[in-house]
Amino acid sequence: MSYAIEASGLVKRFGRTTALAGIDLAVPAGEVHGFLGPNGAGKTTTIRILLGLLRADAGSVSLLGGDPWRDVTALHRRLAYVPGDVSLWPTLSGGETIDLLGRLRGGLDRRRRAELLDRFELDPRKKGRTYSKGNRQKVALIAALASNVDLLVLDEPTSGLDPLMEEVFQQCIVEARQEGRTVLLASHILAEVEKLADQLCIIREGRIVETGTLSDLRLLSRTTVQADLAQPSNGLARLPGVHDVVVSGSRVTCHVETDRLAPVLRYLADHGVRSLVSQPPSLEQLFLRHYRAGALAATAGGSR
Amino acid sequence: MRALAGTIALARLALRRDRIRLLAWILLASGIVAGTASSIRALYTTLAERQQYAATVGANPASAVLGGPGFGLPNLGGIVVAEMGSTLLSVVALAGMLLVVRYTRTEEQTGRAELLGSAATGRQARLAAALLAVGGAELVIGIATSAILIGYGLPVAGSVAFGLALTGAGWVFAGVAAVAAQTVENARAAGGSAAAVFGIAFTLRAVGDASGAAHAGSNLSNLAWLSPIGWVMEVRAYGGERWWVLGMLLAAAVALAAAAAALSTRRDVGAGLVAARPGRPEAGRALASAWALAWRLQRGGLIGWTVGTAVGAGVFGAIAHDIQSIAGANAGASRVFAELGGPGRLVDSYLAWVLGLAGVAAAAFEVGAVLRLRSEESGLRAEQVLATAVTRWRWAASHLATAGLGMLSVLLVSGLAVGLVHGLRGGDVSHELPRILAGALVQVPAALVLAGLAMALFGVVPRLSGTAWPAVVAALVIGQLGGLLRLNRWLMDISPFTQVPRVPGHEVTAAPLVWLTAVATLLVAAGLIRFRRRDIA
Repeated sequence: MSYAIEASGLVKRFGRTTALAGIDLAVPAGEVHGFLGPNGAGKTTTIRILLGLLRADAGSVSLLGGDPWRDVTALHRRLAYVPGDVSLWPTLSGGETIDLLGRLRGGLDRRRRAELLDRFELDPRKKGRTYSKGNRQKVALIAALASNVDLLVLDEPTSGLDPLMEEVFQQCIVEARQEGRTVLLASHILAEVEKLADQLCIIREGRIVETGTLSDLRLLSRTTVQADLAQPSNGLARLPGVHDVVVSGSRVTCHVETDRLAPVLRYLADHGVRSLVSQPPSLEQLFLRHYRAGALAATAGGSR
Repeated sequence: MRALAGTIALARLALRRDRIRLLAWILLASGIVAGTASSIRALYTTLAERQQYAATVGANPASAVLGGPGFGLPNLGGIVVAEMGSTLLSVVALAGMLLVVRYTRTEEQTGRAELLGSAATGRQARLAAALLAVGGAELVIGIATSAILIGYGLPVAGSVAFGLALTGAGWVFAGVAAVAAQTVENARAAGGSAAAVFGIAFTLRAVGDASGAAHAGSNLSNLAWLSPIGWVMEVRAYGGERWWVLGMLLAAAVALAAAAAALSTRRDVGAGLVAARPGRPEAGRALASAWALAWRLQRGGLIGWTVGTAVGAGVFGAIAHDIQSIAGANAGASRVFAELGGPGRLVDSYLAWVLGLAGVAAAAFEVGAVLRLRSEESGLRAEQVLATAVTRWRWAASHLATAGLGMLSVLLVSGLAVGLVHGLRGGDVSHELPRILAGALVQVPAALVLAGLAMALFGVVPRLSGTAWPAVVAALVIGQLGGLLRLNRWLMDISPFTQVPRVPGHEVTAAPLVWLTAVATLLVAAGLIRFRRRDIA
């Protein structure tokens, strides 16, 4: 498999604070890769290293087969970047900014530009200083999506967009993927990543704590099972991989390690199941699991 | 009265937030008054010297452009007013306009006004608070001016009249800015249109006074009556004060404030009466490179500085022809020019001094243009450009080149303006123009050194880039006051402008130009090399 982005052991310190403590990141070409983490976890720092804006203190990066620090011109012709907080030139109109950024990258698809302006409902004649946050975001998004590039690097691209525009954005990413482009999508909006990403990784305090496809990650976590049984039974808790069993009358609720689901279903069938709800772990639960664990460890460390 | 609810609270907020800024304006104005009064008192000690000044400057159209009609001449107070009047009026008007726009339109633009508007403040409170705070500051400036002038022993009546007239002018231009802030949508356009009104008022007065000086009783001299700046002169401080003219200033200020208040009820918060002009829906074909972007961002400032400096230098240059008769008989004034522009023929010293000022102005533009790199970086616009196929070197070079081009343009056009004006008045353009152009162009290496300093700071310690500005101010102060203050040689030599040969009047020597250029090159190279390796913040 060829990778659009490969980074290993990235370390970045700012004075005494360590922003990245050894990031490994592998994004296969042609996929949408979700890059999840709250503000301050190191997403933007990682992206800025990938773009050659920051220099890593340790580790290696390969971007589209090149070195982001040395091969700036060649690499940047093939990628488009949308920052999380887009700042525009006050005296340039939105249309001028879109054209300028596209041309500096090495080409803009006129037809797609017109179509995107339409879909995002952006007035290109307004001056940069008069756009709202959401509209500034749209300017950068249209400039990126209309550019002829292989890789889209998007840092929280939907912050400030209203739900309708978020929908348009998601459609655009689906199309970009169909065209064979690679997308690195940094976000803290889990639903967005859940919908769009082939693979994802979770970053916490400058380290990648989880990586894989969403179903891979789900395997590592527990599924919630709720059942209504004809023959109430307490035997469920004895099955391997079953936790937190709660029985109230005929209803039973438990958490099951996802790879141990089959014996549980067999058991429920044997006990006359009348209704069954099985809920895979949401990304939110996966995410919170890491962050809760972190918070607990921090509390434990602090009280020592 | 509900419309004014919260006015006092908002005015106090403005005073609290901007206490340093307001104090700086007051100190600047007071400094100009004290500096001028003390030096004029020292220079013109005898009645004969003052009469000489009145005869030459008072009857000279070129000097009337800056000095006004000279009503108080040949009294010492009249000389003080003529010497500092234009500068001081500019400061007072600028303070009034900038601050009013800051407290009204800028607040709306940033959305802070909405935050406060939702609290219990009346519809007119923001405007009223702005005028209250700024009007108060202008009053302090006027009182300080009167007090300083009285302190230097000038007549009480004239000092009070001039101080009050100054306050009145400040109020009028605060009112102009208040109207502009209601009319247009963004703060820069509001400040710009208010400044344009000031420019027109100044020009009307200048043309009126210049024609009055050229030909007593000229009809054109009545033009000054159309200008509030003309009214300040017509108060005739130290020349038989006409107090009723102060009433005109007050009436105009009140009328403007009322107009602004009336306009503000006819629009929404955030909107202007005149809608903002839309931009182009697509970029022109040329806007396709880092160079084009740098040019686009800098061209307005470049043209403005070039025209502004050339006009200023041209006005000073126009007096050069008469400088012998204005200052030649006054030993003190001649010595001042010898200190400022180098010894030699008085007219040459004077021209060298004017060209040196143009040099500092050119350097100020260039430093500001280089520092655009930093504001683009900290404003997060640079990272968008650097994430495209533009290398750091190319991006930095695009702004450096625009900055250098602007500096050259300021000096060339100023040199041309002075050379042509002075040459035409003396009827010898072919002799004057080349040597004056040379005098302008020898400033280039000195300006480059300051720009190099800005680039080095940007590359090596980006957070401290702004410290290039104190260096520009230091160069100005050392050049203008160093000789007079008898600063020691070592301190004088720090300024690159004191190294430049004094042209016209002296030979152009290559050595200082070469080593200044070398220093500038080293500084720029250091900045560039470091910038290519450092993190983009």
